[in-house]
Amino acid sequence: MGVDRREFLKIAGMAALFGLGGKAAVDIFAPGELQASMEGIPLTRGKQWAMVIDIRKCLAQQAKNKDGCKACITACHRAHNVPDWGNPRIEIKWIWQESFEHSFPDQHNPYIEEGLRHQPVILLCNHCVNPPCVRVCPTQATFKRDADGIVCMDMHRCIGCRFCMAACPYGSRSFNWGDPRKAPKELNPDYPTNRSYPERSKGVVEKCDFCVELISKGELPACVQACDKIKVHALTFGDLADPKSNVRKLLKEHFTIRRKAELGTEPNLFYIV
Amino acid sequence: MYDGGKIIVGLIIGLGLLLSPFFYNAGKAAKAPEPELTAKAKEAKTCVASKAYMRESHFTLLDEWRQTVVRDGERYYKAPDGKQYYKSLQTTCLDCHSNYSKFCLQCHNYVDVAPYCWDCHIQPEEKK
Amino acid sequence: MLDRALKGSQGYWGWLVFLLVLMGIGAGCWFYQFFEGLKITGMSRDVSWGLYIGQLTYFVGVAASGVMVVLPYYLHDYKAFGRITILGEFLAVSAIVMCLLFVFVDLGNPVRIMNVILYPTPNSILFWDMIVLNVYMLLNIIIGWNVLAAERKGIHYQKWIKVLIYISIPWAFSIHTVTAFLYAGLPGRHFWLTSIMAARFLSSAFCAGPALLILLCLIVRKVTRFDPGKEQIRTLAGIVTYAMIINVFFFLLELFTAFYSQIPGHMHPIVFLFKGLEGVGNLAPWMWAASVFAVISLILLIVPSTRRNEGTLAVACAVLIAATWIDKGLGLIVAGFTPNPFDTVTQYWPTTPEVLITIGVLATGFFVLTILYKVATTVKTEAAAS
Repeated sequence: MGVDRREFLKIAGMAALFGLGGKAAVDIFAPGELQASMEGIPLTRGKQWAMVIDIRKCLAQQAKNKDGCKACITACHRAHNVPDWGNPRIEIKWIWQESFEHSFPDQHNPYIEEGLRHQPVILLCNHCVNPPCVRVCPTQATFKRDADGIVCMDMHRCIGCRFCMAACPYGSRSFNWGDPRKAPKELNPDYPTNRSYPERSKGVVEKCDFCVELISKGELPACVQACDKIKVHALTFGDLADPKSNVRKLLKEHFTIRRKAELGTEPNLFYIV
Repeated sequence: MYDGGKIIVGLIIGLGLLLSPFFYNAGKAAKAPEPELTAKAKEAKTCVASKAYMRESHFTLLDEWRQTVVRDGERYYKAPDGKQYYKSLQTTCLDCHSNYSKFCLQCHNYVDVAPYCWDCHIQPEEKK
Repeated sequence: MLDRALKGSQGYWGWLVFLLVLMGIGAGCWFYQFFEGLKITGMSRDVSWGLYIGQLTYFVGVAASGVMVVLPYYLHDYKAFGRITILGEFLAVSAIVMCLLFVFVDLGNPVRIMNVILYPTPNSILFWDMIVLNVYMLLNIIIGWNVLAAERKGIHYQKWIKVLIYISIPWAFSIHTVTAFLYAGLPGRHFWLTSIMAARFLSSAFCAGPALLILLCLIVRKVTRFDPGKEQIRTLAGIVTYAMIINVFFFLLELFTAFYSQIPGHMHPIVFLFKGLEGVGNLAPWMWAASVFAVISLILLIVPSTRRNEGTLAVACAVLIAATWIDKGLGLIVAGFTPNPFDTVTQYWPTTPEVLITIGVLATGFFVLTILYKVATTVKTEAAAS
């Protein structure tokens, strides 16, 4: 969560009161910065957004239904008009499940504990501190925002060279091999699922962007909201730069691992095992 | 000149072909575009900038918006009259101007431009 | 001098028409790809680069043919190569034309290609690759054309050309190094993350480029009135031999590191290439064929009698080109993506439209090569006669 629940309710209440959501939330988040933040990045300046994923809580939820739980995936893909091509070759996924062994191949262990063996882990872009994808992009179509550390995509500039896909060590990026509007209708009956968010054209790369359009309004990313809605709270989104934030608290209290930590990318996604 | 006859005939045919669109449309004037405002747009009275500026340079404004929103993360715009707007083609501009074929297309067809914004940005559903 | 390309035999025009047909088919397929998207190729989310980028990589190597002739002639005064520097330079030009076209057809949004120039990004190796490739092509066109024109007029070329020539020599090394850096700096791709990548690129360039040049010289001797010369071909053969020995040696070094260390990340891509991994092994027959070709070419090149005999030399060069083409033009790219970051395997095989577009680009390169060679050989024959 961006702030803890009390603060969030405070913001929501103030937003309703003032009728100008961003304005009010900004006031609470960063008092005194109101005027500047109306032109700047409301709510996210000076932050280093990160996410802590509690695998245990997620797995507990998976065990409850026979089909498992995909609330975060569905919420994200619906909020961002991600098409379902029904073909793993050309699929697009911003957030997805991968077995523990495939998520952490550097933790190869034939005697891994039963609770984790072949269990699904939620994966998304790690929004690394030192992202190789940003380093290789020839047009700066993917870039790391100075203000809050989010690795963003500029769909207007991407030339579709896919160098970033080769550079990413985590397989977080998807390419639009075809026009998303031409994805099979039977798999995407109500496409576009979110008319207030754009689609993509063919020939550009896309990935999770920590819901920049939501956090700029003081909301949590779609996946976090979905997990909170079903009261699982496996995803915690917060500011790593603030020593008193929710994510820092979790990191202090629990053992966490990151994917491929030895590569020096400094991923900002932490997994509580 | 050598082959003078052929050259002059060739020139006449060539120029004729080149200028044929003008001959075809001679005497006719294309209808001036008449963009219609929706009820919501009329109620708002002002756009994010003056009508004259928007008619001339709305694409420049949109380009600046796209640059500052995507790359600089600046999502709010302060209009010349002091009002704040959330910079978004789909949810701010098209919220008022939701009649694409009777508004946007009127001028776009007249000057024959086909901006590729619509490859990604979703046009509002229009009531037929 | 371009008018020399407008007069030719039936065979010449027939060859050009054949190439134009292939170019037309390739262009048609490319338009299909432009409108449908790259999903018509065999590439996937896991193997996101394929035949196009592989061919780009291979032909950057072929462009080395220029420097392998220019360096001995201008830096070491090996006068014999003066006869064929123009052939090396023009081969480099057509190779780079193919490279640039392969980049273009691989892009998802080719209409935005100017973004690489409009938004220069010095931290991106692709930016530098664009610069070095284009400059090298320009260098070779300017140098080649001016030297040829001077030869036609029977005068010495102007002094400033010498400066460009001296620049082009280290520049040639840079095109391979920068292209290797595209791969050698990516943290997640263990097959490519090796310091020896640039060295391997250079060694395979210095055998593949001159090998193709030898074959072209033999063809030029047959179909034109210009004879590149026996000594020239012999020396080139020597260069190809040493370069191929180093090339194969470097590959064996990779095998040692992978299999002696027993680290899965290093071993798996090689196992995938030569045996198959998790049931996917479609490249194995190709890689074994490439290995057999490499051994045959080495034997034919090292044994002096087969190297000196131009018939067996031609065979050696042809199988060498086949071996390096498979290794660098296909195996290198797919193995970099296999296994993927999740340690699973996705199969890649080019689709028919993808192959047709590739052939179209190759035909374009050979079209340019034919025209340039026609000009060069005609001018040189005329100059020698006068």
